[in-house]
Amino acid sequence: MKRMLLPTLLFGGLVVVWELLVRANIWSPVMVPSPLSVLEYLWRAGADGTLGAAMLVTVRRLLLGYVIGLLIGLPLGFMTARFNVCKDTLGVVALGLQTLPSVCWVPLALLWFGQTEAATLFVVIMGTVWSALIATDHGVRTIPPIYVRAAMTMGSRRLHTWVKVILPASLPFIVSGMKQGWAFAWRSLMAAEIYVTILTGFGLGQLLHYGRELHAMDQVLGVMLIIILIGLLADRILFSPCERAVYRRWGTAK
Amino acid sequence: MTAIHEELRPAPPVKLVIQGVSKTFATRHGPIHALDDISLSVREGEFVCMVGPSGCGKSTLLNIIAGLETPDSGAVLTDGKPITGPGRDRMVLFQEPALFPWLDVMSNLMFALKLKPNLNNQARREVALYYLGLVGLGKFAHAHIHELSGGMKQRVALARALAPNPRVLLMDEPFAALDAITREQLYDDIQRIQEERPKTIIFVTHNVREAACLGDRVLLFAPRPGRIEGEFPVPLPRPRDFGSLEVARHASEVMHALKHHLKPEGMEAAE
Ligand SMILES: Nc1ncnc2c1ncn2[C@@H]1O[C@H](COP(=O)(O)OP(=O)(O)OP(=O)(O)O)[C@@H](O)[C@H]1O
Ligand SMILES: [Mg+2]
Repeated sequence: MKRMLLPTLLFGGLVVVWELLVRANIWSPVMVPSPLSVLEYLWRAGADGTLGAAMLVTVRRLLLGYVIGLLIGLPLGFMTARFNVCKDTLGVVALGLQTLPSVCWVPLALLWFGQTEAATLFVVIMGTVWSALIATDHGVRTIPPIYVRAAMTMGSRRLHTWVKVILPASLPFIVSGMKQGWAFAWRSLMAAEIYVTILTGFGLGQLLHYGRELHAMDQVLGVMLIIILIGLLADRILFSPCERAVYRRWGTAK
Repeated sequence: MTAIHEELRPAPPVKLVIQGVSKTFATRHGPIHALDDISLSVREGEFVCMVGPSGCGKSTLLNIIAGLETPDSGAVLTDGKPITGPGRDRMVLFQEPALFPWLDVMSNLMFALKLKPNLNNQARREVALYYLGLVGLGKFAHAHIHELSGGMKQRVALARALAPNPRVLLMDEPFAALDAITREQLYDDIQRIQEERPKTIIFVTHNVREAACLGDRVLLFAPRPGRIEGEFPVPLPRPRDFGSLEVARHASEVMHALKHHLKPEGMEAAE
């Protein structure tokens, strides 16, 4: 409780100072909207449904791209961990492409798919696949070899070993990979939505983009706040507890 | 049983034969001659302990018998047949309990049993519970692995190794990581279990007294190249008490030979 006090006071104080600076016209409201006007925007956009609709569109795109990305990335990660041929080919490609910031996929996506849903989806998938692949590969490689040896003495072989031992043993790393994949998917989607303006759905990124076009700084900051909140919530509610539980049970707690 | 009965009983057949096994590892600092022409026979139901300084190839030999590693030359035979890989007839108890943390205690035992054909699931469950009872953990069938203490984990690992009813049990310093009191309990348990479910056991340890307490025979290994340097029968009645004078006497005999033959680096003195 005591630890909550300091940040509350600090950030609360900063917001108050900010509000006062804008009111006193020291900071121009065109460049820096006051906290109150940001709240007002959020209230308005929330009430007329713009914000809810945009969140829905964004989350739908995110989930679709993320799930497809995982479905591709996880099995490929197992492949590169299992077969050295895959490691030397696909693995190298993955390592290279993972360093590529996902915004860099946008020009290609636009040329290939035009201003369509497919273009955003492509960018999100490209953002997810490689990090999921590399995390899975790493996970499978760091499994204590004793598990496989023990399983072999009990008569487990090939496919049985893979499904019943290697897969569950690498779960902690896969969960970390999924978490990382999520972070990448989220960043990719925002990049895609800002650059790919499509009419089939109006996501948070597009809201941000039009906020800039219209010089509506309260909208820009409001939407940024929502984006941060979604990222935080996904981490705190979905991934971190899963990760903690798995690590504890697997005895790899950090 | 009287001495005459003991004398007239036919000698138990040879269970395990190791014929001229050699193994060299290539490392960055050149080849390491881990095992040099090891030959050994172990009788059915015999408890053989292996002691020796660190790096003399005890684990390597155990892994070769388990079929987890292949020798460069020589062969290992069980019941006269050469082994070709790991198998349920030779189970291993590793130094660290290699239990699967994603399964509970019962499922860990079932993992081994499910791979055994000709058993229905009801029978498997009964077998698993029997062995959990044997190691004194009947109440912990549904505990998670991370909820167990080190000694309990090693007990579960022992139950899992016993469950498929192997004829040979290979143990590689199974109690090295445990405290002295837990270890002494496990010596009693092992001897009791050996009484109820006789196995041919090969037991690697750093602790000479542990070897004298458990083994029918203690083999002394020497390093560079790894070889068997001496053999000490321990003809004491069972169950044996770790603290007994007789055990201590046999241990000191082995210890003496060890000091005589080798630099005793890495060996635990008989406590
Ligand atoms: N996979 C391997 N690759 C290279 N060298 C190895 C390998 N396994 C064992 N060795 C070497 O072979 C020798 C024997 O090793 P081993 O593990 O069998 O010894 P040990 O008698 O079990 O020792 P300890 O008592 O410390 O467990 C050592 O010098 C070790 O460095
Ligand atoms: Mg060893």
